[in-house]
Amino acid sequence: MTPELKARFDEITKSHPIVLFMKGNALFPQCGFSARALQLLQPHGEVFTVDVLADPEVRQGIKDYTNWPTIPQVFIHGQFVGGSDILMELAERGELADLVAGKSPA
Amino acid sequence: MLDPEFIRGRILEALPGSEVDVRDTTGTGDHFEARVVSPDFAGKAMVQQHQLVYAPLQQWLKSGELHALALKTYSPEQWKKLGNR
Repeated sequence: MTPELKARFDEITKSHPIVLFMKGNALFPQCGFSARALQLLQPHGEVFTVDVLADPEVRQGIKDYTNWPTIPQVFIHGQFVGGSDILMELAERGELADLVAGKSPA
Repeated sequence: MLDPEFIRGRILEALPGSEVDVRDTTGTGDHFEARVVSPDFAGKAMVQQHQLVYAPLQQWLKSGELHALALKTYSPEQWKKLGNR
């Protein structure tokens, strides 16, 4: 990955408390997993979304950035949290609110 | 085609002292789910816990032989708190 792209990801993920790299956008999610991730996050605050389908460089680059193979990908307070399965499990355990509140993992 | 015991073995090698259950969810030897309770997970974010489990299985995930592995991971502490859900 180019340093420019890495700097761009650093900037995006640190500039918003909740960032979701997804397929499609908040109005028109293009994938069920992305839509579900968005639904789980929205109760916890404003979600800044990045549509990976709009830019092939971002679509592949975000996977290299996190070393995680799938979309969606969630960042909270600049930290990579995971994909849709992890998000669902965190929500079930009631830990999502803690992460947004800035508490460290149990 | 993989079997649950094989996957369990790879996870146990990487995370000795853990408790591992693996189930073939579709009966086709390529979709599995696993529950892993490991002392190595203490204090780690869930994504890091999952990466520790996927690490020894990279070869089969990359080849596609292992198409999906759904995970539930717990430190012993978390398991005590959440295991009975």
